[in-house]
Amino acid sequence: MTDTVVGAGRNRLDGGPELVQLLTPEGERVEHAEYSPYAGHLDADRLRGFYRDLVLVRRVDAEATALQRQGELGIWASLLGQEAAQIGSGRATRPQDYVFPTYREHGVAWTRDVDPVTLLGLFRGVNQGGWDPTKNNFQLYTIVIGSQTLHATGYAMGVQRDGAVGTGDPDRDTAVIAYFGDGASSQGDVNEAFVFASVFNAPVVFFCQNNQWAISEPNERQTRIPLYQRARGFGFPGVRVDGNDVLAVYAVTTAALDRARAGQGPTLVEAFTYRMGAHTTTDDPTRYRIAAEVEEWKLKDPIARLKAHLSRSGMADADFFSRVESDSDELAAHVRHACQTMPDPEPAAMFDHVYAEPHPLLDAERQWFVDYHDSFATDDGSDQR
Amino acid sequence: MSADIEADPALGAPARTGTTTLAKALNLGLRAAMEAEPKVLIMGEDVGKLGGVFRITDGLQKDFGEDRVIDTPLAESGIVGTAIGLALRGYRPVCEIQFDGFIFPAYDQIVTQLAKMAYRSQGSVRLPVVIRVPFGGGIGAVEHHSESPEAYFAHTPGLRVVSCSNPADAYWMVQQAIASDDPVLFFEPKRRYYEKGELDTSATPDPLHAARVVRSGAHVTVAAYGPMVKVALQAADAAAEEGKSLEVIDLRSLSPIDFAVLQASVLKTGRLVTVHEAPVFLGLGSEIAARITENCFYALEAPVLRVGGFSIPYPASRLEEEYLPDLDRLMDTVDRSLAF
Repeated sequence: MTDTVVGAGRNRLDGGPELVQLLTPEGERVEHAEYSPYAGHLDADRLRGFYRDLVLVRRVDAEATALQRQGELGIWASLLGQEAAQIGSGRATRPQDYVFPTYREHGVAWTRDVDPVTLLGLFRGVNQGGWDPTKNNFQLYTIVIGSQTLHATGYAMGVQRDGAVGTGDPDRDTAVIAYFGDGASSQGDVNEAFVFASVFNAPVVFFCQNNQWAISEPNERQTRIPLYQRARGFGFPGVRVDGNDVLAVYAVTTAALDRARAGQGPTLVEAFTYRMGAHTTTDDPTRYRIAAEVEEWKLKDPIARLKAHLSRSGMADADFFSRVESDSDELAAHVRHACQTMPDPEPAAMFDHVYAEPHPLLDAERQWFVDYHDSFATDDGSDQR
Repeated sequence: MSADIEADPALGAPARTGTTTLAKALNLGLRAAMEAEPKVLIMGEDVGKLGGVFRITDGLQKDFGEDRVIDTPLAESGIVGTAIGLALRGYRPVCEIQFDGFIFPAYDQIVTQLAKMAYRSQGSVRLPVVIRVPFGGGIGAVEHHSESPEAYFAHTPGLRVVSCSNPADAYWMVQQAIASDDPVLFFEPKRRYYEKGELDTSATPDPLHAARVVRSGAHVTVAAYGPMVKVALQAADAAAEEGKSLEVIDLRSLSPIDFAVLQASVLKTGRLVTVHEAPVFLGLGSEIAARITENCFYALEAPVLRVGGFSIPYPASRLEEEYLPDLDRLMDTVDRSLAF
């Protein structure tokens, strides 16, 4: 059998000729006819802000990995290598937009003003997420791969019904962004989400972080064409962006969100990036991929290239970089302390919030559980077991 | 004889009494819910122009528009998944799954997302989604069109599961399900869709999760729901001719189950027979048998007996009358109960 497949994930290093890039791995600014204008207004302040974001979320991520190693977290899903994809896209959203993450979008959460500590409850095992998604328009982490793309599409259909699309009012027009990965692109739900979004012209951006690996399975187990090209078959545009280039990600996502808010329907953004670490802290990538590949991707590091650009252009000096370092240490200390002092939930609280309205079976089981525990109590309040 | 609501041009007008089919009662109930609350949406395959393959949503798209009565792509997971998103945005979607056996593509969204979102969010999110499912056999259909999958959902914490057996309940229960802030699986006995019954739209309905004694009796309690309530009532008639008195309970709610009504009845009769179309093994009847045995042990004169489908895939339709519990099988089991 002759293999005529080109493009796809055959080369996990090269995004191909259509890759949108505004900042080379060496930190050189390059122009792109279609997308440069979307980054044109980013002044030195904004770029320094992006840099700070990138460093801080990487630092929080490293701290969380350490906390897992020390037994403070049950598991952690690292975003190492994907910081630019998350910060660039998250910073392109507006307050009224709504974000549907997977379980790895710690950087996007940061852009939505979600305290990183909020994310830890799930990984520590004190709750299943537990935050109020309406506070920051940042939906709960979704662990079943791809499910959230349908929720995002439905939410976007609701936005349409509320008349919050295409009014021209920048504070009213609303877009939805659904995050998922290269593995999720094989899920039926993701493909159904593409169909629904397309036929209803829903204001949703499908943001795929193609980090090349679905645990141990490389891209070529998911697709025979570049993922962004799939959008064409569903009837909406797809674009592949250098996922390690925060400027390009910001520009491409802004364009896609603008289209959605203007009532022009969905877009698929494929952020071509790389999962530098393990799938989660339970995974061992040395069993399935070669170190040389990781080394190649280190040369494309999202933080190093922005730092090079900021230094070379004189937009930031050594003082700035050391300030960011100390800010990140401070944030990490906050995260560490909050994690270590996070209380376990009261046992009977496991019966709470299963239903909005009373449920006699659940009420009876809760009562039994409380009585059972009380039966061990002694007069001095200690537990006899 | 009372007026025929179907033939009445003043549909949706308040306080109407008359006879109507279960299908029409559902249609009227959906219409009333949509009139009362603009956030109520209907979504599913063929629910718009066609009015659904059973015509339950007949005329609703014409009156409420395509934004509120949505003909969706042919993808059940997509229907439920987008309904979840709409609910997150503040809508109250009512999904129609065209046939029982087609709910399984949506099973993942129902069980892993719809049922768990309130819990996952520690109560900050509510998902008032109703999933209507025409269920059960007896219509001579091909594979996947006659199943009774209710136990899968009753077994799932976070979901409420109900089943109506008559037009009046259909009218009220569908509105109560839509008003609930919890997700509700709403099982409709499709072979009873076109059977008529009384409906008074000015009545005060029973609570959604209350069981109802539909025939008082002294010797054996028969617990049924959905399509089997009619069979249980026929059994009560037949038994009466033989001098045996059956008390028939329409469970109406399958999660939660109204055990207070069941236990009160069993304390009186000392005998209980459950009946459903779903396989007996690990069916609703099994849970009821276990609990009634535990809670009414000293009142029981016989073990709780279960009548239901066999442990086979739903058979080809030429055999379905042999598969489905009927009057004779139910009577046979009632006799076994009385013989203990």
